[in-house]
Amino acid sequence: MYGFEAMTFNIHGGYLEAIVRGYRSGLLTAADYNNLCQCETLDDIKMHLSATEYGPYLQNEPSPLHTTTIVEKCTLKLVDEYKHMLTQATEPLSTFLEYITYGHMIDNVVLIVTGTLHERDVQELLEKCHPLGMFDSIATLAVAQNMRELYRLVLVDTPLAPYFSECITSEDLDDMNIEIMRNTLYKAYLEDFYRFCQKLGGATAEIMSDLLAFEADRRAVNITINSIGTELTRDDRRKLYSNFGLLYPYGHEELAVCEDIDQVRAAMEKYPPYQTIFSKLSYGESQILDKAFYEEEVKRLCLAFEQQFHYGVFFAYMRLREQEIRNLMWISECVAQNQKSRVHDSVVFIF
Amino acid sequence: MEYIDNLPSMDLMRSEKMMRVQLIIPVESAHRAVTYLGQVGLIQFRDLNDDKSPFQRTFVNQVKRCAEMSRKLRFIKDQIHNAGLVPSPSPASQPDIELEELEIQLAEHEHGLIEMNANSEKLQQTYNELLEFKMVSQKAGDILLSSGSHVAAQETELDENVHISPEYADTSSLLEQEMQPGPSNQSGVGFVSGIICKSKVLRFERMLFRTTRGNMLFNQAPADNKVPDPASNEMVEKTVFVVFFSGEQVRIKILKICEAFGANCYPIPEDTTKRRQITREVSSHLSELESTLEAGLRHRDKALISIGFHLAKWMNMVRRENAIYDTLNMLNFDVTKKCLVGEGWCPIFAKTKIQEALQRATFDSNSQVGVIFHVMDSVESPPTYFQTNQFTNAYQEIVDAYGVAKYQETNPAVYTIVTFPFLFAVMFGDWGHGICLLLGALFLIAREKKLGSQKLGSFMEMLFGGRYVLLLMSLFSVYCGLIYNEFFSVPFHIFGSSAYQCRDSTCSDSRSVGLLKYRDTYPFGVDPSWRGSRSELPFLNSLKMKMSILFGVAQMNLGIILNYFNARYFDNSLDIKYQFVPQIIFLNSLFGYLSVLIIMKWCTGSQADLYHVMIYMFLSPFEDLGENQLFRGQGVLQVILLLLALIAVPWMLFPKPFILKRLHTERFEGRMYGILGTSDNYDDEEPDPVRQPHHEEFNFSEVFVHQMIHSIEFVLGAVSNTASYLRLWALSLAHSELSTVFYEKVLLLAWGYDNLIIRLVGLAVFAFATAFILLMMETLSAFLHALRLHWVEFQNKFYSGDGYKFRPFSFAALNDDED
Repeated sequence: MYGFEAMTFNIHGGYLEAIVRGYRSGLLTAADYNNLCQCETLDDIKMHLSATEYGPYLQNEPSPLHTTTIVEKCTLKLVDEYKHMLTQATEPLSTFLEYITYGHMIDNVVLIVTGTLHERDVQELLEKCHPLGMFDSIATLAVAQNMRELYRLVLVDTPLAPYFSECITSEDLDDMNIEIMRNTLYKAYLEDFYRFCQKLGGATAEIMSDLLAFEADRRAVNITINSIGTELTRDDRRKLYSNFGLLYPYGHEELAVCEDIDQVRAAMEKYPPYQTIFSKLSYGESQILDKAFYEEEVKRLCLAFEQQFHYGVFFAYMRLREQEIRNLMWISECVAQNQKSRVHDSVVFIF
Repeated sequence: MEYIDNLPSMDLMRSEKMMRVQLIIPVESAHRAVTYLGQVGLIQFRDLNDDKSPFQRTFVNQVKRCAEMSRKLRFIKDQIHNAGLVPSPSPASQPDIELEELEIQLAEHEHGLIEMNANSEKLQQTYNELLEFKMVSQKAGDILLSSGSHVAAQETELDENVHISPEYADTSSLLEQEMQPGPSNQSGVGFVSGIICKSKVLRFERMLFRTTRGNMLFNQAPADNKVPDPASNEMVEKTVFVVFFSGEQVRIKILKICEAFGANCYPIPEDTTKRRQITREVSSHLSELESTLEAGLRHRDKALISIGFHLAKWMNMVRRENAIYDTLNMLNFDVTKKCLVGEGWCPIFAKTKIQEALQRATFDSNSQVGVIFHVMDSVESPPTYFQTNQFTNAYQEIVDAYGVAKYQETNPAVYTIVTFPFLFAVMFGDWGHGICLLLGALFLIAREKKLGSQKLGSFMEMLFGGRYVLLLMSLFSVYCGLIYNEFFSVPFHIFGSSAYQCRDSTCSDSRSVGLLKYRDTYPFGVDPSWRGSRSELPFLNSLKMKMSILFGVAQMNLGIILNYFNARYFDNSLDIKYQFVPQIIFLNSLFGYLSVLIIMKWCTGSQADLYHVMIYMFLSPFEDLGENQLFRGQGVLQVILLLLALIAVPWMLFPKPFILKRLHTERFEGRMYGILGTSDNYDDEEPDPVRQPHHEEFNFSEVFVHQMIHSIEFVLGAVSNTASYLRLWALSLAHSELSTVFYEKVLLLAWGYDNLIIRLVGLAVFAFATAFILLMMETLSAFLHALRLHWVEFQNKFYSGDGYKFRPFSFAALNDDED
């Protein structure tokens, strides 16, 4: 019942919403980023972060720090918070929270499969996986030779199984069809998540459909840009777009036939929300597109906190934290590699 | 006026006089100076580098080093804790060591510990692997034997297993060895044996089944006891398995799956005699390893114990150093970069102490130049600092919980020391309960030294902190209980016998007609005969209600008078004339008058109805009072009082904002035209140009609205606050009624039965109810109500409470924080 969440939401969701809003207030602010950008060494970064909520996670790290350690510890904090929320959650919030991690799960599957294809060590690959997307038998992925085996051996036990229905082939795995698999899985995942949120109804459906539509559109644009100049056919490309979002269905028709970035631009500029993003780019420039999309996403995610009694805040919080970790990683890398002039290139301020 | 000004000064009445000081410290003696100041602990430094982030400050490297050292100390502490040792300061005092030395020592210790851990970890891992291997060889052997009948035919042509060789002695490389499965023989049946966590067995088996499409045989046997996992060294339940399969492809797959599931595979020879031999070898190796491990552990424990002696001291030292550098970071470099400039607040009485410490620092560090210490002017309001002792501290805390006093403002804590426990006792008047509380408070005070040094739970901490409040509360409870004549709700004839007597010997009509007074009034407190009489409640209610109003009016008057002292102290004649005077007139012409009437009625025994008097004083002031008249001229007096009250309201509302406005315009004009004449005065008044903007803006409407709110609040508050004091009566009534119920309906009822068990149960219920409901809950509720009466009804008359606390840089406080 839309508009009547206030009556019942707090019975199950109130505590966790309070928790997540508390977590949100711990996000780094623009002032923090300004200070971080002035750091000279990684120790300075650690020192500054020790005054924030990351403090307890970093305080016991011995002094020659590495970027990976910082990122690892920051991710650990996110994972701890996520686990805390997940253990406290009841249905349907717990399912909602689990949905958030499926994206990482897909990435991890792809990472392991690609890694084994290139004969990398499984343990090494496992360390690179995002901890939120881990599942029990993830290491067994290395055994599989083709999609069918992948599905039959491992993924049938995971929540990703239903998404696989579209990409079971007996072809051997190679880079191209792994990438197609990733996008097919992602498409199925986004559509499923979207349906799930619609089923929840109320403010959750409204806010989440907006956020997910943005995600779907962004993926559509990225798929288009990345597939320009590859052997992917128009129909195949069309199949990878999620069947919802602002671009669905007419925008997809246009994107499917695009041959270069300017055509993408022309197609996108018909949609007012994306017009602003594309108007920031000069012609032929796609590097800044990622950042522009991230900025737009962060803006939308922050707006999710403006309304109460919905699950969108959990999604938004996790995404914002991930963006923050990306920012920290970028800053630390810049500091570590003495590239301080580029430090502002990819940092997206959250507040 | 003269008399008031010449009153002796009270220490707690006003916060310590503070001064803003500036310190110019030569760099070479800075560290020592700050250390000594920390020992004195009477100066609060201001952060002069507010705009700089932590890593841009001067002593950032030292702070980092301290953080690194405390990290190492934490690591060592964890190690000691994990080893199950208790760090204890050594009996012999150790020589002081320098920070640099400590840093080196710590690095050495940490390095040593890490190395030792790594060694023992490696050994432990080998040991665990061997243990698993032993287990696998035993269990898998059994499985092989039992399934031997199936594979007996194939067993005949075993290849020699490649690695049943002296290599086993070199067991540390066990894992690196290629995991050889059982020999593949003619029929192509091979096996892999290993060990896996019990929780993973099911999924493992399912995965194997799926991969091999069912072409395998899975045998398992649970391990006898928990085994430490080689990787994480945690104790887990494990299961030994043997998988039979056929084909080389499958073998690779199975090994991959084993790896993915974290199953440790150990090759087992199929030959029984070989197996036995290996088991023997492994066992002997295990015992060797065990002794090595133990020796290593002993060595480590010894090292940890020797570190443990110093640990507390070192931690303390590092914490101090950290605080010193944090403080130094608040200081500024002067232009020449040879001196550090610091600003801060200190109480005036501490001036000599601080100067002494600074001189000592200069002397000890052989500095050529002394530390310059001088007093500055400041616009900012100084911090509030009360010197409290363990007795007054709790009361000061009660006041501070509402708000820290403005600098030099009258401190209500002085009065709270007595009024708070007393108001509590008015609500909690029962000398039986009072004695129970007293015993508790005395217990806490008697064990003060012991309890003070140890860590208490949050509840005990609170109780212990308020022990002196508890002491006074219980003493006053005993006193009020004697006045109410209640001991667990039982009246006692302590001060002689009752003044009343039955009409006849049977005493049959005592409840209906009443008693006769036959001698002088009961000398102290309530006559015990009231208990149980028909008019007990009306009598006590009337008594307690009137008493509450008297206390309330008295306390509110005290509040207003304190306002007067504040105004006098800050030389604010406006506040006296247009706030204090009308306020005291208003309150006393209404409720002061009521109080006088109450006392008069008590003294004369008049039958006048005070409700009627008060109500008709407003409704029809000119009407004849009739039988309600207490004294001659009462009607005229009432009219005068009413008029005074009516005048007082506009008096406190209008003049002050208008006068403030006039003063402001006069000053403004004076500045315009009288520069020559008044400029000197201005310099005297306002030494700092920063102060001027504060007076520039004068928003009349704002001031007026503010004054209006204040006046309305006071006028309404006078009524509502007086009514609020009636809670004294209400809670006291509730307390006595509750204790009556428990006494009569539980204890006496149970005593009525001639049955030991019922009596015991009744006694237990009574004791329980007394302890938990009356002594704990009621104490808490009376405490809260007393708190409210102080915070709201008393303090809103005079207390602004918008100051901030004096937080000196002090090592003593540092240690408290950590504990």
